[in-house]
Amino acid sequence: MRRYGMGLTLTICLLVAFWLLMLVIVPNITLFEQSFRPYLPVTEIGGPKDVYSFDNFLKVFNGDTQVTLLGFTFNIPVHVLTFSLTIFYSILVTILCFCLAYPLAYYMAKIVNPKTLPTLLLLLFIPLWVSEVLRAFAWWIILALKGPLNSLFLFLGVIDKPVRWIVDYNGVIIGLVYTYVLFMLFPIYNAIQSLDTNQIEAAEDLGAPWWKIHLKIVMPHAKPGIASGSVMVFMLSAGSLLVPSILGSTTSQWFTQTIDQWFKDALDWNTASAYALLLLILCTVFVSLAMWVFKVKLSDIAK
Amino acid sequence: MSAAIELDNVCCDFGTFRAVDNANVAIKPGEFFSFLGPSGCGKTTILRMISGFIEPTGGVIRIGGQDVKGKRPNQRPTALIFQNLALFPLMPIWENISFGLEVRGVDKAARRAKAEELLRLVDLPGAADKMVSQLSGGQKQRVAIARALAVEPSVMLLDEPLSALDLKLRQHMRAELRAIQKRTGVTFIYITHDQGEALAMSDRVGVMSQGRIQQIADPREIYNNPVNGFVASFVGENNIFDGTAGPVADGFAGFDTPEGRFRARIAPEAVGKAVKLYVRPEHTVLTTAPGAENSVPVTVTEVSFEGAFISVLTETATGKSVVAEIRNDGSATVPNIGAQLHAGFAAERAALLPDANVRG
Repeated sequence: MRRYGMGLTLTICLLVAFWLLMLVIVPNITLFEQSFRPYLPVTEIGGPKDVYSFDNFLKVFNGDTQVTLLGFTFNIPVHVLTFSLTIFYSILVTILCFCLAYPLAYYMAKIVNPKTLPTLLLLLFIPLWVSEVLRAFAWWIILALKGPLNSLFLFLGVIDKPVRWIVDYNGVIIGLVYTYVLFMLFPIYNAIQSLDTNQIEAAEDLGAPWWKIHLKIVMPHAKPGIASGSVMVFMLSAGSLLVPSILGSTTSQWFTQTIDQWFKDALDWNTASAYALLLLILCTVFVSLAMWVFKVKLSDIAK
Repeated sequence: MSAAIELDNVCCDFGTFRAVDNANVAIKPGEFFSFLGPSGCGKTTILRMISGFIEPTGGVIRIGGQDVKGKRPNQRPTALIFQNLALFPLMPIWENISFGLEVRGVDKAARRAKAEELLRLVDLPGAADKMVSQLSGGQKQRVAIARALAVEPSVMLLDEPLSALDLKLRQHMRAELRAIQKRTGVTFIYITHDQGEALAMSDRVGVMSQGRIQQIADPREIYNNPVNGFVASFVGENNIFDGTAGPVADGFAGFDTPEGRFRARIAPEAVGKAVKLYVRPEHTVLTTAPGAENSVPVTVTEVSFEGAFISVLTETATGKSVVAEIRNDGSATVPNIGAQLHAGFAAERAALLPDANVRG
């Protein structure tokens, strides 16, 4: 206040308040309220049929589909299946992001010459200058049947006929990993960077092989970074609509696409709201559960 | 279980900078050996070369007679105690201590037992389940020692481990370290810039400057018979006179200075080199009458009381300052500021020494 003066302080506070209230709180409350109301013709809104109920939420259990998994065949509601697959593939994306980001983060934090680090960071950031839509389409082109990837592999003799890459969830996984890997990289990089190099050396001096140093010293230290990276990648993946829409195949369906269809195709905003709320709540529950299992505190992530 | 360490013409270059230049040392098994020198003299580089974190660019390092070239730190029988200790903050004390055993596949009960045993050795029983953050500086020190001892190294390498402690604790830990070394019989190689530490603890000391080992000798020899001006002035205080040496006879030489003609010891190696005269303040005496030789008239400019001794700062007619120390045992009278006296010293107590041994 003393530094910025009355006018500027007030402006900033009001802007933050506006942002919080109008762009975060009000839309979420609207969504919450709408989700409990039935989808009615305009003339009946506010009428006797417009009462609160859980009907919209229970719609996820409508319409069974047959699934065969590990030799077992069973029936499952189609939207529950979509939701489960979304969670499953989001976990897979998170794990893949970790496998890519951890070695790179360690390399950047402890091995690379500090002089070349800015160049490396720039190389990592340049793709972010291009819009997400364009990047997803770029992958769509790269992975196409007659695209550059197949041409390259054919030229190198890795494959003898073009491979259809975008089948099932492959395209979605590749797209999501590419889009969100940096959200994993930087928290882990920050965490590893704060580790005293002497501790790594001390472990080595005491006879630890390299993998044990990572398992016992580096990873426990980087746990908050790994946790916050994983939470971000998981939440963003599960909530992504763009990548599954562009890089999805005929056999892939993301839960956000189902929500989108309720909004835009069925024009049933109430059920869409209920589904969106379900996704939010269940993902939050899932993340909290994972944090409890891995003994990560919320305050660790906030760091 | 203690091993000899030999450094044979060991060099280490960082780009064009030569951090260690032709180091030759033979450290005996079970010896407490210190490398003493100012920061940047290459002593830590030597330690890191012995532990395996840096490969020498030239020469051979032998541990227990074996050339260790190409061996990683986890393949060498050395244990390093880091300057900041580098304890693992996420593990309880006993897991810290037994970390080296865990990576060797020792089972949990045996590890726990070993940790308890080592905690008793370093006089810290009952701390096994505490966390690192709950311990004081001195206690962390002991845990670091126990952790290094757990892997039963033949050589312990200590990189200024006491520098973070306060004075009283430092003095206590000196004695403790020495006792642990005697009890275990392990070869200790100790790095320090603190001459008091090096002199008090070591069997032998290697004094280093600018990447070169200047002198290797036992602490008494280092203090009483420094080989050159660097060792003399880095270890202890000196009054230094510039001048030119005269002819040598029976290990003594005359020395002409602006303050007058002196006579002092000169080593055969120093004959013919540019030398300066070094005499310690405690060997400088102040008298009312001029002495027979090595005497110069001075005026007292400052008297500072240091407790065990009194330091008297004087100035000659040419403006050169000469310090004399008087033991605070009541036998000598403390001069007043401005008193006209004569500063003198015995020829046996003064040495004509060349400058430091640096790359030429």
